[in-house]
Amino acid sequence: MKKELIELRVNGRRHELAVEPNKLLLDVLREDLGLTGSKRGCDESSCGACTIQVDGVPMLSCTMIAASYQSEHGEHEITTVEGVAERGALAAIQKAYGEWGGAQCGYCTPGFMMTVKALMERNPEPTDEEIRHALSGNLCRCTGYSQMYQAIKSAIEAEQKGMAAGR
Amino acid sequence: MSDFSVIGKPISLIDAPSKTTGQGKYADDLYMPGMLIGKILHSPYPHALIKSIDASKAEALEGVVAVVVGSDAPNKYGILPVGHDETALAVEKVRYVGDNVACVVAVSESIAEQALELIDVEYELLPAYFDPEDAMKAESDLIHDHRPNNIEKDYHHVFGDPERGFAEADAFVEGRFIANEVTHAAMEPHATLAYFEFDPQTGNEGRLIVQSSTQVPYYLQHKLSIVLDMPMQQIRVIKPLVGGGFGGKSEIIPLEIIAAVAARKAKAPVKITYSREEVFWAHRGRPRTIIDLKTGIKKDGAITAVAAKVIQDGGAYCSYGVVTILYSGALLGALYDIPNIKYDGFRVLTNKPACGAMRGHGTVNVRFAFESQLDELATKIGMDPADVRRRNLLQPPAVTVNGLRVQSYGLPECIEKVWSASQWTQRKGKLNAGNTGPMKRGLGMACSHYVSGAANSIIRSDMPHSTVNIKIDRDGGVIIYTGASDIGQGSDTMVAQIAAEVLGCKIRRVKVIAADTDLTPIDIGSYSSRVTFMNGNATLRAAQEIKNKIASAAARKMNCAVEEVNMRDDMVWRTGKKPSSNGAHAEDILELVDAPRALSPETGESPLGTVREVSGRVEGQILRGSLQQKRKDEGPKDRMSFEEAVVTAIEVNGALSGTGSYAPPTDARGGKHKGGGVGPSPAYSYAAQVAEVEVDEETGHVSVIKMWAAHDCGRALNPVSVEGQVIGSVWMGLGQALQEEFVWKDGLLMNAGMLEYKSPSSVESPEIECFIVESVDPEGPFGAKEASEGSLAAAIPAVANAIYDAVGVRLRECPFTPERVLSAIRAKNGEKKISMTGGVDPTNPHKLREHGGAVVYKGKGPKRHEQDPSRKAAVVPGVTGD
Repeated sequence: MKKELIELRVNGRRHELAVEPNKLLLDVLREDLGLTGSKRGCDESSCGACTIQVDGVPMLSCTMIAASYQSEHGEHEITTVEGVAERGALAAIQKAYGEWGGAQCGYCTPGFMMTVKALMERNPEPTDEEIRHALSGNLCRCTGYSQMYQAIKSAIEAEQKGMAAGR
Repeated sequence: MSDFSVIGKPISLIDAPSKTTGQGKYADDLYMPGMLIGKILHSPYPHALIKSIDASKAEALEGVVAVVVGSDAPNKYGILPVGHDETALAVEKVRYVGDNVACVVAVSESIAEQALELIDVEYELLPAYFDPEDAMKAESDLIHDHRPNNIEKDYHHVFGDPERGFAEADAFVEGRFIANEVTHAAMEPHATLAYFEFDPQTGNEGRLIVQSSTQVPYYLQHKLSIVLDMPMQQIRVIKPLVGGGFGGKSEIIPLEIIAAVAARKAKAPVKITYSREEVFWAHRGRPRTIIDLKTGIKKDGAITAVAAKVIQDGGAYCSYGVVTILYSGALLGALYDIPNIKYDGFRVLTNKPACGAMRGHGTVNVRFAFESQLDELATKIGMDPADVRRRNLLQPPAVTVNGLRVQSYGLPECIEKVWSASQWTQRKGKLNAGNTGPMKRGLGMACSHYVSGAANSIIRSDMPHSTVNIKIDRDGGVIIYTGASDIGQGSDTMVAQIAAEVLGCKIRRVKVIAADTDLTPIDIGSYSSRVTFMNGNATLRAAQEIKNKIASAAARKMNCAVEEVNMRDDMVWRTGKKPSSNGAHAEDILELVDAPRALSPETGESPLGTVREVSGRVEGQILRGSLQQKRKDEGPKDRMSFEEAVVTAIEVNGALSGTGSYAPPTDARGGKHKGGGVGPSPAYSYAAQVAEVEVDEETGHVSVIKMWAAHDCGRALNPVSVEGQVIGSVWMGLGQALQEEFVWKDGLLMNAGMLEYKSPSSVESPEIECFIVESVDPEGPFGAKEASEGSLAAAIPAVANAIYDAVGVRLRECPFTPERVLSAIRAKNGEKKISMTGGVDPTNPHKLREHGGAVVYKGKGPKRHEQDPSRKAAVVPGVTGD
């Protein structure tokens, strides 16, 4: 298939790319931009490992056509896990996932980062029930999710105390 | 025991940031210039001869570089030396839907996929076997010609005198249990990148480099050498980050071999990544298992004998099968004190994806049966299930009747923990008082255990199972070279903790270089929960060796005996001269010691501040070197920093390195009987759990309200990690207990997807409260044992026993889906049967059913080939189907 020129905004930077019109956003991120943090776990938007944010909304990039998310007028601001760390330091949620065992093998972790970040922005004080429901689109096979809840609560606390950055 | 500085502390995994930021590279994230993509053509038939393969149209497609077929690499291999029955790609015959037929290598994935469609394969269909009990009767069209009756392996063990044991029993129960097939479904699909380097002498193809999602780099190197006819030292296997294994990456998966063969044929780097569906076909999960179990007991609760006949539906290849069937029998022992054991195990071949090792290898399904039956016995003799378990404890140190050596034994404490936390006595059997509604609650208890590494390696030898090298250079950095494969369980962090504790340095000094066959000494892999015990011990010994060198050099320096040298928290001091606790950092000691010369009493400048100004100009080691020189000139001191001690030791030794290795002691290697090599371990972990469930009597839906899980891990080197492993195990067990299972139709897997397979999400996952029990093993590193597998098995029978407590039905087939639970409840109430489970009573299952029992597909499956043997089930002997 003949390639076409598209324009994407990813993690605050603008990229002009020549890609097949049917190329998936996940593949463009991983192959054309080298942003391999977003993972392919299932090919069919059932596992959440490929979760990214478009304008702050978590979405599954493994079933999105890249050409549909062009940024012509500043819309479709894409954020991947590579855009989560703040000013060279781990974001509170990234640090907390390490401290509380929220990440074991880490393959689902980038997807969870994007989902949890969106939750924390949308709902700064989620209940246990709201956290469970927010995470239900992301699968993990290592942790049984328990330690993630602790990590999320501790990250929320850290952010509230305004000590989001590392030691 | 609190006297550790690093051990026992909750420490973030040292690779956590690479995972939370996306920086870390997994196999599929790797890229090479000129890299090609491989795609595999899979068999659409469960059992067929390959008459011909015509790949000419595929090869002619623009962008296709090579098409690889079985004859390109016909050498047989398999993870077990006794089970070499696989080839990279099918030679002559395919044995399951999904078997590997050909591989297209092309410049892009989409071209490779197009090319797959252009390969013409002519098959001649053979009758296929889907049910192990039918397969065992087969006399013709065997799956492997060298395996009569399709039996891969059978074992018949008798320990003690089971007949007498049953004669002495006051009561016994016997019954058939069925556990359906489950798989690892690690989040990372398998991926392999393979390429060749050029040989500088000949200019030809030289060394092979393979980067792969594997738990066993050394075994992969070994099998590549067999299939590619290359010496092992010409092959380098590197394990990048691995996105979970659970046993699914603990053997050689076809794509790992195919990628290497393809790279050789295409003369370019080749990467193959499985789709999720292919991961399900590659499988190697826990086999469907039929367990005919009989247990005898006395009135006082003492178990007198156990007899088990186990049939495993192993799929089309041996894989780990021989080991799996042995574990099923061997680990009937070592949990309780059972004087008489009879075991008959059959590993049977069928035309389905091969089963292999999965978390709790071989023990889980039998444990489900045993712990369920133990509750039946308790009911029969009128004893509390918790008391029955307390009555049958081992008295360690002990050697079981089947030759397993047990030293540390935290099971009693595990039982007490969950017993009291769940308020067992007050609540068991009393949760439904006055409840007339359909939602019934119940409590159930079960125990389990697992090895801390197999005492005998797959490739038998007297060589160590783990070797670790440690290097410390003048920068004061500690580098550990370990073959241990971190697959997410945290082994890199574990070795770093052990080394830091022994050397008395901060963990941030420690870097870990792991699982690269060129750089790291051999470790046989991450399986059988062996890494903490074995690689941990090797690390401990390597660190001890290097510590001795540092301590003796420091002793000379401080004019004291070696025994008087203390090393901790980056400080080295003579006994009785411990630096004050606020000088915890090495730099601080250096600075404080040298401060008086820089300090001006008039200005009152902080000594720290003054020295730091200097360090701003002269970075790191040069400054340190000069300070060290000054101190050296000033004669003996009572204390020094870690870096000073290192420099002193380098001056004495010339170089600072240590090596340690570990081989299990001979008295832990088990009995001499045939098959006695599987089951023995230097130490066993123990677990006890209580499940609280809620059963909807109207729908049969079971939800787990809470799990209390206690695990004896010897010593918790990193409590956060231990808790994570235990909770993860229990959670995976709950998946198998309630919802995960393979559903089959004519040998075709019907639910090869993450949603269809029903991996539990956060909303389906209950709270799991974890209790760590530390029995401190005499041989484990700092007393540690395994923490990752032993808890899985107890979850399933704990739920089964809780369902019985809630609604009075005994489920003998797992998972306990609503269909099965409702069928059982209706049967108990004498209500009209609904054919949701193919007419089979889940409290008394008699055989494996092709569909796994959840849904009946009769006549509604996918359209099958007109020559498909399942369509001729009536005329072809030995074939099941509808």
